[in-house]
Amino acid sequence: MSDAVHGPDQVTGATPDNVIRNADRAARSDDGPVLAADGRPLKQSLNRALRTQKLRALALIAPLLLFIIVTFIAPIADMLFRSVENEIVSETLPRTIVALEGWDGGGAPDEEVYRALAADLVVASELKNHTRVGSRLNYETTGISSLFRQTGRDVDEIGEIHADQFIELDPAWEEPATWVALMGDEGWIERQADWKDRKDAAEAEQEAAETRVERRALDFTEPEPRFRLSETAQQALPRTARIYAQFAQVIQAEESDSPTEEEPWNIVYQALYEDLSAGQGQGYEGRLSELVSEARDAVTGFEDQDIKTYFIEEIDEDWADPKIWGTIDAFSDRYTAGYFLSAIDMQLTPQGIEPQPEGQQIYGLLFQRTMFMSLTIMFSCILLGYPVAFLLSNLPLRTSNLLMILVLLPFWTSLLVRTSAWKVLLQEQGVINDILVWIGLVGDGNRLQLINNQTGTIIAMTHILLPFMILPLYSVMKTIPPQYVRAARSLGATPWTAFWRVYFPQSVPGIGAGCILVFILSIGYYITPELVGGTTGTFISNRIAYHISSSLNWGLAAALGSILLALVLVLYYLYDRIVGIDNVSLG
Amino acid sequence: MSLPSYASPGERLWYYGFRVICGLIFFFLIAPILIIIPLSFNAENFFTFTPGMLALEAEAYSLKHYRDFLTNDSWQQALWNSVKIAPLATLLSVAFGTLAAVGLSQPHVPFRRAIMAMLISPMIVPLIISAAGMYFFYSRIGLQGSYIGVVLAHAALGVPFVIITVTATLVGFDRSLTRASANLGAGPMRTFFKVQMPLILPGVVSGGLFAFITSFDEVVIVLFVGSAAQKTLPWQMFIGLREQISPTILAVATILVTISILLLTTVEMLRRRSEKMRGMSPG
Repeated sequence: MSDAVHGPDQVTGATPDNVIRNADRAARSDDGPVLAADGRPLKQSLNRALRTQKLRALALIAPLLLFIIVTFIAPIADMLFRSVENEIVSETLPRTIVALEGWDGGGAPDEEVYRALAADLVVASELKNHTRVGSRLNYETTGISSLFRQTGRDVDEIGEIHADQFIELDPAWEEPATWVALMGDEGWIERQADWKDRKDAAEAEQEAAETRVERRALDFTEPEPRFRLSETAQQALPRTARIYAQFAQVIQAEESDSPTEEEPWNIVYQALYEDLSAGQGQGYEGRLSELVSEARDAVTGFEDQDIKTYFIEEIDEDWADPKIWGTIDAFSDRYTAGYFLSAIDMQLTPQGIEPQPEGQQIYGLLFQRTMFMSLTIMFSCILLGYPVAFLLSNLPLRTSNLLMILVLLPFWTSLLVRTSAWKVLLQEQGVINDILVWIGLVGDGNRLQLINNQTGTIIAMTHILLPFMILPLYSVMKTIPPQYVRAARSLGATPWTAFWRVYFPQSVPGIGAGCILVFILSIGYYITPELVGGTTGTFISNRIAYHISSSLNWGLAAALGSILLALVLVLYYLYDRIVGIDNVSLG
Repeated sequence: MSLPSYASPGERLWYYGFRVICGLIFFFLIAPILIIIPLSFNAENFFTFTPGMLALEAEAYSLKHYRDFLTNDSWQQALWNSVKIAPLATLLSVAFGTLAAVGLSQPHVPFRRAIMAMLISPMIVPLIISAAGMYFFYSRIGLQGSYIGVVLAHAALGVPFVIITVTATLVGFDRSLTRASANLGAGPMRTFFKVQMPLILPGVVSGGLFAFITSFDEVVIVLFVGSAAQKTLPWQMFIGLREQISPTILAVATILVTISILLLTTVEMLRRRSEKMRGMSPG
């Protein structure tokens, strides 16, 4: 029997009994914290369990959260960013913007600015960017787009006169090799030569392969090493070096050609002329030094070109207009409030922020109209939804469930089906007008114009959004105890007083929820107003869509969208305070 | 609210008057949807009842608009695109959404409100704003005008519906069932698929149906994110309504109404089943 004394009390280790006993003992002795089964303090152990639980919950949520951030939150953030972003002007016209800093805003700017503009526009027109910056600035001042397009065609003639004179002086100036030697970094020149050798070798090999039966495509796909400016050129001929580097970059990237084989743009010669007239060009050695100093001596006798005059007289007289320059200057920052200002009918001018001219103030009106129509739709929804919800919540469950189908069927039916139904019904030759004529309410000659105006939008959208009013109202009214009204009646209230003083105040939360829901949904509506609203019944969202797909003014579309988004979020915050996110019910 | 026998004539008048008003409102709600059904069988290319239709002559009705829908290439292409996009988008939102809903209904979730707000946001932000943002962003990353882009966008729109319906089902979920299952030796996966999933399945399916109908009906996003190759049924209807309005739209609309009636019935049956399973309503 002595073997059997190992009862449960003798088992050591982490059995539930022992844990409790240990905890008791620890608590009694008061020395040290309560321990868990594995000997750690209980508090720590619990914390760890809680942390594991939190991590597990987060791990389950993380995939979706990531998905929504990439597919939804990032696009919204991108839109917000686009509403202030304005890099195109400062990226395309960097020299002009620096040169314009000294401009006082009155009259045409100095020759210096025109020279900078010429250089910027030659690069831009080679990159085909000038039309983009033109249309960007055209949003602010009409006419700039065609001005830039026109200028882009003519601007490459600037500097032709300089190029001719340099080449006449020494034919070496025509040779791409001269320019490469003058501008290129020594390391780059070596690497380029090496690349060229290898390419030639590969081509020769392919040439040889052609005689065989199997011909292969040229498998030498390595691109030419990227052009690098030499230190000497940057110091000796700064203007020339800067524009030549851009030339080399364009030639390599856009045209897949080599600067060793292309004669530079005319504007490069013009820059060289300016550098040399300013007495620069020191620091070269050997043959290059001779070439440069010979040219430096000669430029004093060169015929120069007045670029300001050329711009104004040869290209377009608008280049003398301070308004054009003011616009370029005002939108030279990388970020701009310009789109938001346009969205509230203001504009950014060199003199500061001013309201748009009278005839162009359309957005304030559009916001007002959106508000007015959304409110009208909201009130029609209360007017039609309240009696129905009241009836539904006071009928026996069986009947009300049956009638509820009449509310839910439109809710579930495709939006386009409902919109097409209204389009068909409201037409001049449509069912409603036919009935009215048949009854004799209106003559056949003057059928009602019910569609393509505000009436059409309001009727169709009230129908579409009515279920969103009825459902929250119904769920609130369902909770109102009928005893209160009965008590009011038995205390002598008339049916109207009982309803107005007792029932109605209790249904107000439902009205609030329904109103905000309908209002939020209606101010962002696009499809229905687009189809039945014509020109007078459209919303702000239609204007956003127009700017994205037709006028391509994405920045303004983004600014209008951001304002609308802010409005919706405020309303949604209110909805959350009144109803709560978690109480959104789906029928 | 039945009428008591002692009601005064005024009360009687109001009682019936109120019902007539409500009847008219119900008529307003349902008539536009029902009226397109007979109109879609019109033998003429009109959008109104011809005298022949009103006289119930057999030859005034025809199936020609349905025939057009079934034989016209652009309608068939649109139908095919819708059928390709909606199920995949639904699958994505249901898979991610259910997982996240299970996570969100755990007792301790840090930043629950903020996470919930982010996950619900696709439902709150007006579609035109989502469409604008997605158009800008997706063209930056090369997804604009691609099938994948439209599917991802639609899946994002469907997520809130799945989250809402599944978390609602999980509110009544008895946690001791999963504990019991774990206690009996089942791993987390087995517990989820054998114990939790069958109980929340009605919520998952109705969330999936909402996500499906959202994608199937959606037109604003697809107009911007998609290109002509992703033209869906609603897109084709939208163009049809805006440019050359053809009665084939009414045939398509009738088919869609039939589908929505079927869906409505399914969701209602699922809701009842779910309540019965969780013992929230007797039978």
